[in-house]
Amino acid sequence: MDRLKRQLTPYLLVLPGGLWLLLFFAIPMIAMLSLSLQQGDVVNGYRFTFHWQNYTEAIEAYNTQLIRSLIYGAIATIILIILAFPVAYYIAFYGGKRKPTYLFLLLLPFFVSFVLRTISWRQILTDEGPVLGPLKDLGLLSDSYHILGTAPAVIGGLVYNFLPFMVLPIYVALERIDPRVVEAARDLYASPLTSFRKVIFPLALPGVFAGVLMSFVPVSSDYVNSEVLGSSSTTMIGQVIQAQYLVNSDYPTASALSFILMAVLLVGIFAYARALGTEDVMKVAAR
Amino acid sequence: MTTPQPAIRFAGVHKNYLSHGESVPAVKRMDLAIAQGEFFSLLGPSGCGKTTTMRMIAGFEEPSGGKVYLDGKDVTGVAPNKRDVNMVFQSYALFPHLNTYQNVAFGLERKKVGKAEIKKRVGEMLEIVSLTGMEKRAPKEMSGGQQQRVALARALVNHPRALLLDEPLGALDLKLRQQMQIELKRIQREVGITFVYVTHDQGEALTMSDRIAVMNTGVIEQLGSPREIYERPASRFVAGFIGTSNLVDGHIDRCENGLAVVAYSPQDRVVVPVGSAARPGDKIEISVRPEKIDLHRGVPPVSSTGGSVLSGVVNEVVYHGTSTNYTVATAAGADFTVFDQNASNADDLADRGDRVFLTWAPQHSYMIGV
Repeated sequence: MDRLKRQLTPYLLVLPGGLWLLLFFAIPMIAMLSLSLQQGDVVNGYRFTFHWQNYTEAIEAYNTQLIRSLIYGAIATIILIILAFPVAYYIAFYGGKRKPTYLFLLLLPFFVSFVLRTISWRQILTDEGPVLGPLKDLGLLSDSYHILGTAPAVIGGLVYNFLPFMVLPIYVALERIDPRVVEAARDLYASPLTSFRKVIFPLALPGVFAGVLMSFVPVSSDYVNSEVLGSSSTTMIGQVIQAQYLVNSDYPTASALSFILMAVLLVGIFAYARALGTEDVMKVAAR
Repeated sequence: MTTPQPAIRFAGVHKNYLSHGESVPAVKRMDLAIAQGEFFSLLGPSGCGKTTTMRMIAGFEEPSGGKVYLDGKDVTGVAPNKRDVNMVFQSYALFPHLNTYQNVAFGLERKKVGKAEIKKRVGEMLEIVSLTGMEKRAPKEMSGGQQQRVALARALVNHPRALLLDEPLGALDLKLRQQMQIELKRIQREVGITFVYVTHDQGEALTMSDRIAVMNTGVIEQLGSPREIYERPASRFVAGFIGTSNLVDGHIDRCENGLAVVAYSPQDRVVVPVGSAARPGDKIEISVRPEKIDLHRGVPPVSSTGGSVLSGVVNEVVYHGTSTNYTVATAAGADFTVFDQNASNADDLADRGDRVFLTWAPQHSYMIGV
């Protein structure tokens, strides 16, 4: 009896989480997969017909938005690394007693809704707003100059909204570095820059790796920033999916697009992990 | 081959730290010269300033005042990477992302040594520290002792002017530590590099060093050979910190032939060599090492009556195999520790409560500068 109990325990422990996943992940995925292969319209209803054309048609119609999303995602991720690294570095190495304060400040924006924060950026960047207004008054910018509705506005919003997702993992990686290891590098004739290049950065790479995973996926599939800060020329795939679902009620196309996006991101992430897997990251850095 | 210049010289170096808005001295005015090829130890309890002293040699700390010279060259204010000294860190600080070979080659690569030359020197060094064949191992795949050797090789491969070792054996177990002590001494002889060794372990310092600086509260209390420091401690602190000392104080009764006699009763007296400045009535402090004292159960033999004699009662007997340690409450007021070699028959052991006499020759008493 005891043996049976012992054998069953792990399964019983997994049960709640397992059920949760089944209910809220597996079943919706299957439902969506089935939806993506259906045919029909809102009025007459949709029927499952293995309609693979949903996929080809979706790619044909929206490849621009899909590619644009990936490009925005890639650019935003690169900017995120560049911006987040110094922030994480400062907090980890110079934060001292204020580390918890800095981390709290970093997360403070999360206390305001994501959408509201993005809308407030629109207020800031608007044509006669607090940034562009004075510059235009001073004659530093032409009156027709605008930021809203452009790709930089959207990418800027994405970077702003996802900065903590990049800072935190890099911070954790930097925080784990033994300061004596850095001193050892200095002791062994490495200049401050070389110590950074040869020791600190390689040791922080797992954090960068995690940060990229945590930000590239949500950034590429984001539908808020382009909606609020962009224009029709910056439409991202997330917006298309949202519109197909909620505006056009074209569920099959929306589902097909979701799966396409998921597949593309998964392939991208696997390729990235393959090229720079955490174990290999170390070896690459060591060269 | 040896230059007249000391390998390391401190001239009036001091270091203050700011703590809660107050300037706290970590190292007080220090003048120090460490000779080429010397095995020099900085010994003291934690917080005595020994690590700060070493870090000022490495360049990780800058003195608040004074100058640091390496090979006669003023290196005060020179960055650590531009100083020709290398350090073996406490807990090693190996590069976790690099394997043994890459760790050891790190310094040579920074110095832009050719690939073939690096390969040769790393190979030789790994042989010296008995790590040949471990080139591809990552630090976390090695034992503490092996990591220790990598850290040593990583520093020594650069042929530094001096090697700084910061409590390098602290993380090892006793047996490995003793083995590494012998190993370190052998390596030092082999490579002929000046070693500066920071430790709080007096045994380690005594066995390995050519000279020891005993530090306390930011000051070198005594600098000398292990024998000098052990036999002639310059202060109460040194006497207590290095090995075990029996300390007793009293007033000089009379001086004759450079010997002062401090009498505690008609039978109890301590005889100690003193300088010509000593006068009857002076208060002095005397140190005696426990192994120099003979313990007698009866009246002491006549031959030892020229030296010190103290009567007392045995409080504690601890049998150690090679020796027996006694604690004796003496007529001088202080408790004495006595190490008695178990050379003769075991049945002459004194028991707790026995009345005994302690005797030792005059030269084994040592007057401490108070």
